[in-house]
Amino acid sequence: MSDKPVMSVKGLSVHYPISGGLFAPKVVVRAVENVTLDIPHRSFFGLVGESGSGKTTLGRAMLKATPITSGSIRYSDDEVSYDLAEVTKAELKDYRKRAQLIFQDPYAALSPRMTVRDIIAEPLEVMGLTKTREETDKRVREIAAKCRLNLEHLRRFPHAFSGGQRQRISIARALVSKPRFIVADESVAALDVSIQADVLNLLKSLQEELGLTFLFISHDLSVIAHICDHVAVMYLGRLVETAPTRALFAAPRHPYTKALMSAIPSLDPDHRGQAQKLEGEIPSPTNPPPGCKFQTRCPHAIDICRVEEPLLEHSGLEHDVACHRWEELAASLTPEPA
Amino acid sequence: MTLLKVENLTLGFHTDEGLITAVDDVSFDLEAGEVMGLVGESGSGKSVTAKSLMKLNPGNAVYGDKTKITLTLDDGPIDVMGLRTAREMQVVRGGSVSMIFQEPMASFAPAITVGDQMTEQLQLHKNMTRREATELSIEMLNRVGISDAATRFKQYAFELSGGMRQRAMIAMALSTSPKLLIADEPTTALDVTIQAQVIDLMKDLVDEFGMGIIFITHDLGVIAQTADKVAVMYLGRVIETGPVREVLRNPAHPYTQGLLNALPDLEDLDTPLSPIPGDIPSPLERPTGCVFHTRCPIAMAGRCDVEIPQMGPVSTGHEAACFAVEDQRMAS
Repeated sequence: MSDKPVMSVKGLSVHYPISGGLFAPKVVVRAVENVTLDIPHRSFFGLVGESGSGKTTLGRAMLKATPITSGSIRYSDDEVSYDLAEVTKAELKDYRKRAQLIFQDPYAALSPRMTVRDIIAEPLEVMGLTKTREETDKRVREIAAKCRLNLEHLRRFPHAFSGGQRQRISIARALVSKPRFIVADESVAALDVSIQADVLNLLKSLQEELGLTFLFISHDLSVIAHICDHVAVMYLGRLVETAPTRALFAAPRHPYTKALMSAIPSLDPDHRGQAQKLEGEIPSPTNPPPGCKFQTRCPHAIDICRVEEPLLEHSGLEHDVACHRWEELAASLTPEPA
Repeated sequence: MTLLKVENLTLGFHTDEGLITAVDDVSFDLEAGEVMGLVGESGSGKSVTAKSLMKLNPGNAVYGDKTKITLTLDDGPIDVMGLRTAREMQVVRGGSVSMIFQEPMASFAPAITVGDQMTEQLQLHKNMTRREATELSIEMLNRVGISDAATRFKQYAFELSGGMRQRAMIAMALSTSPKLLIADEPTTALDVTIQAQVIDLMKDLVDEFGMGIIFITHDLGVIAQTADKVAVMYLGRVIETGPVREVLRNPAHPYTQGLLNALPDLEDLDTPLSPIPGDIPSPLERPTGCVFHTRCPIAMAGRCDVEIPQMGPVSTGHEAACFAVEDQRMAS
């Protein structure tokens, strides 16, 4: 197996032009801005941020599902290597087999008029991966078994299934073309807690068994903490902190990461109101503030933060943070007891 | 003073597939100034329970014969089930009882300004003049932390951000000074940082206005941060209730224990996540006996799948409906 990252993103920006009205000037939404990131082979890479932070757009760009404004994304596995900004049609067709998406809402993602067998078989038929019906059925049964769906399930329609079972069907459909890279966009957000843990465990075991690489997008830090080995935190289209999961949770460096962590409601009723509260809301990506994008809500912002934008230095496998003051803040704050 | 008393609430829905039981023999009460958390997964009947308090369930809803809901206001007790006409129901809808919904975008009319919606209900329920209603509404918007309230008052819901909409919703619900506030997943659609702000706001407002709150959520963390007492629901039944500390620290029912174990814990990343085995049964295939026995790790064959366990004491004010808890009590 190669040591090369599966995904190597360099200086990626994705902008969406929107019209402000008939005579109004054109407005540009800067959904992703200058993101550089490596996703190592066989990793479970977490991407976390509030709504509007650009995490879904980044995931879509890696699937070549949205136009890339500038920068590059390189996909590599042991067979091929594609520059996603400049793929040919034939390469893109091949890439679709290698990269797949698992959606958020298992109720909306499955056609109510198709049997589960047909839903799972569709990618094989569309991509022409199997030649005979027997071969298709065999592949469907194999992947269904891995996702804990039995033969009886395959004959039924999606409405007969609960949320957790539906998400297992979505997973089987995403995995049937034997992809190497999976984007899971809020794939457990719509599930109940008792089911959520089950689906997370399934994803983890499939990743290990099939040697997959995951980009796991979520707004929920506690879920990310449990399943991912690396985490990137996004805010207003920028990466603000990247680190191995344990390093991040042991000692978060960016004030935004700290605020996100302390905003998770504690299960202890005696720990009420001790969260470090963020004022205000995420600014609009059409009109981002100058300097550090977080300065409007940051309790530690000083003059330099309002002028100069801090940048991530590395491509993200070690603990890296985009903040002018993190070292100073880490030194001044006594480590808090966990 | 007991503000609300719910006794033997049973509720089903007529559907093409037959009568579906949504709520099964639920009883609880709420004091003024108390926050009760109603926790459960989707399909547990927590939202329909709350809607019953204002009789907001759709026409195919069938209430059980023994259902009794008593709301005690300044003018004395009201038998909610006995309210028939829309006119009679005005006492519980909008005025004395207010509701906050999950999705603030869906609960504001898109083509009417936020201000008009706020003043309309005040003119209706409180007999205010338009000017009085406008003044109070802008004051309420200020109180919930919306800056530049006079401008926001004239805007439409789509011009407000998600957090601001939910604040406006809260301002609107509280402007009639309700005695009972029903909050149905008020923070679920919000980001965690905004959720923390809204939770703080609601706590301040309870202290100030002293109304009773029923806080519906699936998030036990939110319950821990807001509620005084909690009722855990599963498939239409309340299976455990008690003070919030007791229930979260010493959960007695296997379902509550399972829910707590299934939560990813930030302070313990080494323990693998443990889901509750199996899936929530379809409401059409309601299990006999204890509703949880199909997924329960300690279910006793021949007992849990036959008899329905009744609520029994665990400790002071803490009750659970489980045979294992009952046996333990007998043994000690």
